[in-house]
Amino acid sequence: MTALTQRVSQRVPARFLPVLATVVLFVLTFGVGSASYDGFASGQIIANLFIDNAFLIVLATGMTFVILSGGIDLSVGSVVALSTMVTAAGLRAGWPVPLVVVAVLVIGSTLGLLMGLVIHKFDIQPFIVTLAGMFLARGLCFLISVESVSIKDSTFRDIATAVIELPGGVTITYNVVIALVVVLVALYVLHRTRFGRSVYAVGGNEQSALLMGLKTSRAKVGVYVISGFCSALAGLLFSLYMLSGYGLHAVGMELEAIAAVVIGGTLLAGGVGYVLGSLVGVLVLGTIQTLISFQGTLSSWWTKIVIGALLLVFIAVQRGLARGPRRRQTLTS
Amino acid sequence: MTESPPPVVEMRGISLAFPGVKALQDVDFRLFPGEVHALMGENGAGKSTLIKTLTGVHTPDSGSVLLAGDAVAFSSPGEAQQAGISTVYQEVNLCANLTVAENILLGREPRKFGGIDFRAMRAKAAEVLARIGVHIDPASVLESHPIAVQQLVAIARAIAVDCRVLVLDEPTSSLDAGEVAELFRIMRVLRDEGVAILFVSHFLDQIYEISDRMTVLRNGALVGEHLTAEMDRRALISAMIGRELGTLEAIEDASERRDASGPVLVHAEGLGRRGAIAPFDLDIRAGEVVGLAGLLGSGRTEMARLLFGADKADSGRLLVDGTPLHLRGPRSAIAAGIAFCSEDRKGEGLVADLSIRDNLVLAMQAARGWSRPVPRKVKDSLVEKYLAALDIRPANPDALVRTLSGGNQQKVLLARWLVTEPRLLILDEPTRGIDIGAKAQIQQLVTNLAAEGTAVLFISAELEEVVRIADRIVVLRDRHKIAELDGGASIDEVVGLIAGEQVAERTAS
Repeated sequence: MTALTQRVSQRVPARFLPVLATVVLFVLTFGVGSASYDGFASGQIIANLFIDNAFLIVLATGMTFVILSGGIDLSVGSVVALSTMVTAAGLRAGWPVPLVVVAVLVIGSTLGLLMGLVIHKFDIQPFIVTLAGMFLARGLCFLISVESVSIKDSTFRDIATAVIELPGGVTITYNVVIALVVVLVALYVLHRTRFGRSVYAVGGNEQSALLMGLKTSRAKVGVYVISGFCSALAGLLFSLYMLSGYGLHAVGMELEAIAAVVIGGTLLAGGVGYVLGSLVGVLVLGTIQTLISFQGTLSSWWTKIVIGALLLVFIAVQRGLARGPRRRQTLTS
Repeated sequence: MTESPPPVVEMRGISLAFPGVKALQDVDFRLFPGEVHALMGENGAGKSTLIKTLTGVHTPDSGSVLLAGDAVAFSSPGEAQQAGISTVYQEVNLCANLTVAENILLGREPRKFGGIDFRAMRAKAAEVLARIGVHIDPASVLESHPIAVQQLVAIARAIAVDCRVLVLDEPTSSLDAGEVAELFRIMRVLRDEGVAILFVSHFLDQIYEISDRMTVLRNGALVGEHLTAEMDRRALISAMIGRELGTLEAIEDASERRDASGPVLVHAEGLGRRGAIAPFDLDIRAGEVVGLAGLLGSGRTEMARLLFGADKADSGRLLVDGTPLHLRGPRSAIAAGIAFCSEDRKGEGLVADLSIRDNLVLAMQAARGWSRPVPRKVKDSLVEKYLAALDIRPANPDALVRTLSGGNQQKVLLARWLVTEPRLLILDEPTRGIDIGAKAQIQQLVTNLAAEGTAVLFISAELEEVVRIADRIVVLRDRHKIAELDGGASIDEVVGLIAGEQVAERTAS
């Protein structure tokens, strides 16, 4: 086992190890499912992983930006709920679908911008500011309606139920396409743009990034705008998925998003991590959920227990990895 | 280089005040292209502040900065960089989680189709690294390189732009001799290319080796600008500390005259702790300065921590005034009159966000317990006494400790323990990282304390200092006490012991 890890660490830089571990974990959980249950290892099951978790993929992508910059965004679940509410109420009032989409995205991005500005200008812990944002967004939902509002707009329903047929008889929804496009755009922004690299730099060492002459304020505020935008978009996807708006939608979803990002190998301290890791992190969570529903007798709460245990293991592993290189350095210097 | 070209940087009448501190007062400074200019001064003289004013971190209250004859006012380091002023700070200010290439070029990456062109970036980085003769993989993560290499990467970043002025703020403090030589080679290359280099270092040898010209600051004011070749060391030191160098000689005399035959105050018998320091015997008499010499990691600090009860001994016993003392922790040591001045003054000693006054009375308050606050009058008189006795600057009891220079912080820490009137004062590296003037003052203070009957255990990596100040020298090597020498011992003798010569006979006898 140690020989194996040694061989792996020689070929793969240490920073890829957490992501690699997540991929291995995904393959393992999926393998367990395939071995235990007939029909688990089918293309449609994999497609369903994406269909059922499209909104979470988008959410985790936005969260990856925030966590990479060394922050945290607790408001995303509430913003999802608010977005479903605005969507449902807007459609009920007879707004055309494009207007609803624009309104939702503007509201989400604006909320993110406000939180980012407060965090940066007043130098307040992101934890506190986004906690406030979380309550605010949740409260706004009930300002619109305390009841669940179902979506009856025919255009919206058509989009929700439309399927795309892939070779092999596998079908996916437009949600999946949107989520994957978001991941691709995020990949480009994080790795190919100056803004993206500034996000990494700020997460690595904010003071240094500032002294290096980078626009740290833009990166620090920008990640919350992106996270707000992603939350709003995830809210739209969630509306398509649930076909209703409700103030109690997506309760605790921010924690699922954070869990997916962390399981995906992103350091909570910031500066290290990959969007693809977060995508695989979401898939791991989805697979566990699928496994438990296939098992049939276990309560769905077992998902949470397994996720909790996984999180603990991953954070411990990250800690070990973070210490590893430094110890080596002091030995050689 | 007979007639200098016009200066590339000219600062005129720069003044800057922080709350409670006048950091700079009417300072003029010029920097010529193609020369290495050393900025000299004690800790707290205003070197760092002047540099930060030049690089846009601070904005001066008055005065003007001219770059190539044009008045400029930078509001951020980024702007200064764009104008061609690059800075490498004492601590490596890079992002260790990114690659070497990114650290060199971040903020000015080559781009293609709107995105960063990594291939071009690596090529450009390799080119810059080659210019200063550093051969590492630009795609490797910065974290994977030792500090010295990271420092060179920081310099590569500084010169990757069209750099007219390179500021090096104590770049050599964490480098070994070979690495310093490498740095100097690079500095000469850049100087010959016409870059103006502003260099700060506490090591006089380095200053005389590399610099062409120097500006001396003292207490935030300009003392003078000289060509290095025309300034001898003695004159430079007097200019920096502002008084004649008689102080150091006086200390030597005092230690000769001192009568170190007082009663044994602290007696350790087979005291030791596994993994930290092997069991040792030690007597410390009242009015005696015992020096502790040894290399880093030889067990100096560990010995001190055992005597102070900061770590628990697992063998032997400790007697104070002939009665066994069971040290349960620093509290019982303080109660027995033992004080410990830690080497890590920021981490373990001072509370940086409190004022000088509050820091001073902290230990005293701890000794009294929380229910009996120290009266304001007592506080004020104490503070006044120690501010004067230790020459703490600024002499403002309300100044926050964090705004003080290293040497002055050390003095505050010392004063804090002196307030409790200890019988044994343990000083762990009290003079590290502080300048000559403050060093002399602290040594003088130790000598005075001993003369008043306080026992002092003095730990320092600088053997010269230990030999000069101590009545007796305990030598440690590899976590063992290997010898005890009297105060007349020479440095060579101590070095020999530490290096391991003659040790076999000594331990055998």
